[in-house]
Amino acid sequence: MTERGKILLLHGGVLLALFAAQYLLPAYHANNLARIMVLAVYAMGYNIAFGYTGLLSLGHALFFAMGMYGAGMAVWLVEWTALPAIAMGLAAGAVAAGAVGLLALRTAGVSFMIVTLMFAQAGYLLILYFARYTGGDEGFVVEAFGRRPFGLDLVQDGPRYAAAFCLFAVALAGNLALVRSRFGRVMLAMRENEARSRMLGYNPFRVKLLALVISGLYAGAAGAFYAMLFGYVGASFAMVQYSILPLLYTLLGGAGVVLGPLLGAGLMFYLIDIASGLTSAYLMVVGAVLVVLVLFAPKGLLGALRERGLKWLP
Amino acid sequence: MPILCNQMAFGPFLLLALLEGTVTAAVLALTALGLSLVFGVMRVVNVAHGAFFMLGAVLAWFVASHVPGAPALGFVAALVLAPLAVAALAAVADRLVLKRIGYDPEATIVATIGLLYIFEQAALSLFGPDARPVPAPFTWRIQFPWFGYSGYKLFVVAAALVVLAAVWLMLTRSRAGLIMRATQVDRQTARAFGINVDLVYTGTFALGAALAALGAVLVVPIQQAHYLMGGDPLLLSFIVVIIGGLGSLRGTLVAALVIGLGDGIISMFFTPTLAKIIATLAVALVLVFRPQGLFGARA
Repeated sequence: MTERGKILLLHGGVLLALFAAQYLLPAYHANNLARIMVLAVYAMGYNIAFGYTGLLSLGHALFFAMGMYGAGMAVWLVEWTALPAIAMGLAAGAVAAGAVGLLALRTAGVSFMIVTLMFAQAGYLLILYFARYTGGDEGFVVEAFGRRPFGLDLVQDGPRYAAAFCLFAVALAGNLALVRSRFGRVMLAMRENEARSRMLGYNPFRVKLLALVISGLYAGAAGAFYAMLFGYVGASFAMVQYSILPLLYTLLGGAGVVLGPLLGAGLMFYLIDIASGLTSAYLMVVGAVLVVLVLFAPKGLLGALRERGLKWLP
Repeated sequence: MPILCNQMAFGPFLLLALLEGTVTAAVLALTALGLSLVFGVMRVVNVAHGAFFMLGAVLAWFVASHVPGAPALGFVAALVLAPLAVAALAAVADRLVLKRIGYDPEATIVATIGLLYIFEQAALSLFGPDARPVPAPFTWRIQFPWFGYSGYKLFVVAAALVVLAAVWLMLTRSRAGLIMRATQVDRQTARAFGINVDLVYTGTFALGAALAALGAVLVVPIQQAHYLMGGDPLLLSFIVVIIGGLGSLRGTLVAALVIGLGDGIISMFFTPTLAKIIATLAVALVLVFRPQGLFGARA
């Protein structure tokens, strides 16, 4: 079988399984899976920046929150309906990533991590400061008229799963097309050897900026859908933890593998779900997984598989 | 605090803000010096630094509440034991985690984020979610014409100055300091001259954590111990180290004074949230446009 055929078969199979899952799984797990798919889209965006382009950002919560607040505030303040509100969320995520990128990409490595962290922190504090428009600490509920595209209320189980699945399918297809495209190869070249790529005539700043904007678009889309599907917008989604989560998912599943974020998000979600049943200190599980991954499996699960034979994994 | 405006003229009010700012600056200088040493010598950013601060405070409460007799006795015991315990923990973390990932800068940040969660949640599980007070070792107050001021807070400033001077002497005058500086400049050459770089790294990491813990023990009679208290010191230390110039000790001390006083004054006249927004944006912009720090001095 050709490489292309294997890739189509694997990713088509994953989508088919996810589609079937809504009829096979009990409602509780189907709802979990809807949330996992939205978080996986967020992590996929993170993977585009971190896994493929080598940009380790600690500020993606800003882009996620921009998507969430962009969509939520469009409904709350100016009473837009769901579809334009979601479009607003996507645009907000991408624009925020572009603006942060223009400044932050002047730095690299550890400085880039700290600059993105600080911008995201400033964004979180701004949400608290302008509580009149953002709902501050408490956040706000996305009202029913704002989450009914085509007359389907997205917080109900069936439409919620369908919407999460559609988002995930489009994001997966886009991610595959991106990393197999010419531009995707240039992104990899930036990660592997920036100096040599520059010598070959590529502009590192432009390539990284575009990768970051695409990454922000994914994060914004995930944030906007999260607001619609779960009906709530809150400042906690802009906190540092939400920048760490996609990093964690990507590291666990495999950085630089398209399916890595989905696998990482799913495993981590259920790990935390089980741990929080046992102890209130479930963040300790997150911490332990981070340390163990960095120590023993820096390539993640699928990354290790790719090294042991499945060389064609995109 | 701003309610005082009604009763006091601007001058005494500013004096109060300056006093509070000096106390903040003193504790901040200790904490940030720890972060700066670790970054300077080991070239890694320790995100768990705030957690070491928190552990120092929580352990101080634990020790102080288990030592019978006068509060001063418990406080002195905490002042010795808490930093030692935190230093030991940091040394273990260095050996078990950081050394094994070869002090790779990015992997270290991810690993220390993990350590931060582990330490915070361990403190939550072992000591509970409540804020714990530690009594000050003495309670006399200095009477200004307009207000009384805690003598203990002035003791904190003096104690911080003594520790800072001791670290400064250690770095510039002692053999250990010479070895640390040699490792900072060039670890390969240091190794070639027979310096045990692994030991220097572990020692530096432990010393950095101990300085954070020491700052926390000093501050805990003013501000209670709580498992989430490490966030602000971490953020402020970052700000100080970056504005002062990464790895520059002199810059760190000057920046701690500026940020401490600035924080005292801005938080008294404006909202603390606005002060933090300005500070975080300032850090990001300094790193982007002046990566060597505002003061640019190299240690």
